[in-house]
Amino acid sequence: MTLYIDSSLRACLTLIGLWALIGVAGLLRPMSVGFVGRMLFPLGALCGLALAVVAVTSLGAPPEQAVLKVGLPDLPMHVRRDALASFFLLLLGGSSAGISIFAAGYFRRGEGTAPGLLCLQYHLFLASMGFVLLADDAYAFMVAWETMAVSSYFLVTTQHALGEIRRAGFLYLLIAHVGAIAILLSFGVMQGGSWQFTFDAMRGAHLTPYWATAAFLLALFGFGAKAGLVPLHVWLPEAHPAAPSPVSALMSGAMLKVAVYGVLRATFDLLGKPEWWWGLVLLTIGLFSAVYGVAFAAVQTDMKRLLAWSSIENLGIIFAAVGLGIVFYGVGMDSLAALALIAALYHSLNHAFIKSLLFLGTGAVLHSTGERNLGRLGGLIHRMPWVAWLTLVGALAMAGLPPLNGFVSEWLLLQAFLFAHEVPRTFVNMILPIGAALVALSAALAAYVMVKFFGVIFLGQPRESALARARDAGVLERIGLTWLVLGCISLGLLPTYLIGALRIVVAQFSGAALPRTGAPWWLLAPLAHRQASYSAPIFLIALMSSVVLTVLLVRRLYHYRVRRAPAWDGGFGRLDARMQDTAEGFGQPIRHIFGALFAVKRDLPSAFDPSPRYRVFVSDRIWQWLYVPLGTLVQRTADTLTWVQQGRISAYLTYSFTTLIVLLALML
Amino acid sequence: MTGTPLDLQLLNLCAALLLLLSFAMLAQRRVVTLVSLLAIQGVLLFVATLLLAWRTGERHLYLSAALTLALKVLLLPWLLHRLIRRLQVYWDTEPLLNISGTMLVGLLVVIFAFGLAQPIAALASTATRSAIGIAVAVILLSFVTMITRRKAMSQVVGFLSMENGLFFGAMSATYGMPMIVEFGVALDVLVAVLVLGVFFFQIREQFDSLDLHHLESLKESSTSSKTTPPVSAQSGQEH
Repeated sequence: MTLYIDSSLRACLTLIGLWALIGVAGLLRPMSVGFVGRMLFPLGALCGLALAVVAVTSLGAPPEQAVLKVGLPDLPMHVRRDALASFFLLLLGGSSAGISIFAAGYFRRGEGTAPGLLCLQYHLFLASMGFVLLADDAYAFMVAWETMAVSSYFLVTTQHALGEIRRAGFLYLLIAHVGAIAILLSFGVMQGGSWQFTFDAMRGAHLTPYWATAAFLLALFGFGAKAGLVPLHVWLPEAHPAAPSPVSALMSGAMLKVAVYGVLRATFDLLGKPEWWWGLVLLTIGLFSAVYGVAFAAVQTDMKRLLAWSSIENLGIIFAAVGLGIVFYGVGMDSLAALALIAALYHSLNHAFIKSLLFLGTGAVLHSTGERNLGRLGGLIHRMPWVAWLTLVGALAMAGLPPLNGFVSEWLLLQAFLFAHEVPRTFVNMILPIGAALVALSAALAAYVMVKFFGVIFLGQPRESALARARDAGVLERIGLTWLVLGCISLGLLPTYLIGALRIVVAQFSGAALPRTGAPWWLLAPLAHRQASYSAPIFLIALMSSVVLTVLLVRRLYHYRVRRAPAWDGGFGRLDARMQDTAEGFGQPIRHIFGALFAVKRDLPSAFDPSPRYRVFVSDRIWQWLYVPLGTLVQRTADTLTWVQQGRISAYLTYSFTTLIVLLALML
Repeated sequence: MTGTPLDLQLLNLCAALLLLLSFAMLAQRRVVTLVSLLAIQGVLLFVATLLLAWRTGERHLYLSAALTLALKVLLLPWLLHRLIRRLQVYWDTEPLLNISGTMLVGLLVVIFAFGLAQPIAALASTATRSAIGIAVAVILLSFVTMITRRKAMSQVVGFLSMENGLFFGAMSATYGMPMIVEFGVALDVLVAVLVLGVFFFQIREQFDSLDLHHLESLKESSTSSKTTPPVSAQSGQEH
C-alpha cells in the first residue's frame, strides 16, 4: 500500500505509457482481430483497472510533482498528481476497464479502420486523457488535449466511407479546435505577465478581477465546447451516433468528464479564488443545458442520439452543481460549497459508469440487429436477456431511482439547493428554488427518457421480423457490461465511503470542507441527519422484502394457479407490433410541452392518400439561430476574399512584388 | 577626371550597361533575343567580377568569375535555346501592360531602388558601392519583367536575370558571397532551369500552349455550397 502511495505519480505515468505502448503494439499485426481483440484490448482493460486502483489508493495522498525529460528543448513537461487528478484518473481507469473489455469482443473485421489502427487510436485516446489529468503546465496540457481531440476524431470517423460520418467528424473536430483555441488563450491570460506557462506560475500570478474573469470565461468556453454545454453542444448528437459504441462510451463517459476536470482545475486551482457570480453563469448555462438536453432526448428516435442528448443533460447537471459550488464558495458558505462540489464529482463518476453502460448496451443491440432506429426495434429482452437486464440496471440508475447510484448524486445536489436558504445575496436566494425545480424537472424527464429508451428497445413485440435473428452479446462484452453494472450498484449502495473520499478531494482542491456528521456507514446524511438522510442499504432491504412479500402473497392468494394468457390485450383480441407505442408517440407530449425549444417540421398525408406516410422532423433551433448565420458569415467573408486568388501567375508575382516594395519602403 | 581609376570606371560602365540591359529585357518581346540579352548580361557580370577580382586581389572572385562564365554565359543560354527550339516558342504574346507603360513603371522602380540603396551604400565600405543601387534596380526590373510576361519561357528568363541582379548586388556590397553560398546558388539555378524545362513540357502537354493564362482554369472555383445543417441534425422519423 505504502509503496503505491510513495510513487503513485510514477505508477500513473507508467500505466499511461503502457496504454500508448499497447496502442503501438496494435500496428504489429494491424489486420488481426484475434491479436488486437483478444490480447491488446484486455491488456488495456487491465491497465485501466490498475490505474483505478492506484488512483483510489492515492486519493488522500499529498500532491506530488515531477518534471519529465521529454518535450521540446528548454520546455520540459511538468506533471503533478493531486487529489483532483486522482479522482478523475479513478473515473477514467474504472470506466475504461469495462469499456476496453467490451471493446475486445466488439470490434470486428470490415468495419472501417483496420483493427490495429483502431487499437492505436483507442489507446492513444486513453493515454492522452490520462495525461491531460496529470499535466502541470500549459504546454503539456495542450499537447495532451489536442492528442485527445485528434485521436477521438479518428475514432469517430472509423467508418469514414460514409459521408454522413465524415461530416459528423468534421463538426466535432471544428468545435474541438475552436474550444482548444479558447483554452490556449485562457492560459495566456492566466500567466499574468510572467510568461511562465507552468501551472505553478499561474497559481502564483495575481490577476486583476477583469483579467481573471476573462480567463474564466475563455476557459468556460473552451471546456464547455468539449463538455457539450448548450449552445456548443451541436457536435455531440452528431459524433456519438457516428462513432463505434465503445468509442461513444469512452467519449461520453470519460472525455466529457475531462472537460469538467478542466473547469475545476482552472477555476479553483489556477485562478485561485473564483468570484461568486461566475458560479451563477455556470449554474444558468448548466441548468439550461440540462433541461434542453433532456427535452431533446425525449423526442429522439435514434437510440445513440438519444443517449447523446442525455449526456448533454447530465453534463448540464454537473456544471450546475459546480456553479452552485462556486456561488456558495464565493459567498463564504464553505460546507454547502463542498456539498455541491461533492455532488458534481459524484455525478461525474456515476455518469461515467452509467452512460458507458448504456452506450455499450446500444452497441450490443446495434451489432446483433444492425439497427439504431428505435422504430425498428422492440422485444429484444427475449432475444438478448443478458444485454437487456444489464442495460436495465443502467437505465434505472440513469433515471435516478434508488438504490442505484444516479439517485445519490442528484439527491446530494438537491440537498445543496434546498439547504441554501440564507445566501447573503437576495437575488441568488430568489433563483436557487427555481434551480432546484429545474434539476428536479430534468431528473424526472430523464426517468421518462429512460422508460422510452428501455421500453421501446427491449420490451413489447419486435417491430421487424429480422429481430428474431438477434443474438445475445458474447462473453467479453458481457464481462464489460457486468463490470459497469457492478460499479453502478456499489456506487449506489455504499455512498458514504465515496463521499468520505470526495470530502478529502474537495478540501484539497478548493479548501472548502464538509463537516463530518458522525453518521454510521449505512446512513448518508450530508449536513445534519436530522434534516435529511438517506440509507441505500435500508432502502434496498425494504425494496427486496416488499418484492419478496408481494411474490409470496400473490402465490399464496392465487394458490400457484398460473394462467397463461397473451400479454397486454386489455379486451382487444390480438395485438400486433404496429399497435405498440412508438418512440415518436412516446415523445409526443414532450414535443408539445416544450414546443418552443424545437423546430418541428411535419408532413401530414392527405386524407385520400392510399399509402399515407406521416413524417416529423425535429431539429435544433440553435442550429438555425446561431450556426447557420455564423456559417453564412464565414462563407460570405471567404467569398469576398477569393478575388485575391486570381489563378494568374502575374497576379501572384505582383503580390510578392508589392509586398517586397512595401517592406523595403518601411525599412527606409 | 577626379582621379577615378580606370578599372573602377570600367566597373561602373558595366553596371550602367547592366541597367540598360534590364530595360532592354523589359521592352523585348522576342524570346530568342531575350535569351541573348540574358547571355550578354552574363558576359557583363563575368567582366565585372574579373575586374573586381583583379582590383581587390581576392582569390575566390576569380573562381566566381569562372563559374559565371561557365554557367551564365554558356550553359544556361544554351539550355534555354535548346528548349526554345524544341518547344517552338520564339515570340511572346502581347504583354499584360504595353511597352511604354512598362517602361514608365520601370523608371519609377529604378528611382525607388536608388533611394533604397542610398543608406546601404553609405554603410558599405567597398569601392563599388555606387553600383548597389543598380543591382537593386536590376532585381526589381526583372521582377517587373516576370510580372508583365505571359509566356512561361520569358518568366524563366526574368527569374534568371533577377538572380544575376542578386549576384551583382552581393558582389558590389561585400565583394561577393562566400564561395559555398555561391556554389549553392549556382546549383539551385541550374536545377531550377532543368525542372522548369520539364515543367514546360508538361504545361504544353496539357494545354497545347505555353501561355500561362491557361493555368487560370486550375483555380479553385469560388461557388461553394452554402451552409446547411447536417442532414442528421434532424431526428426525423416516419411511422
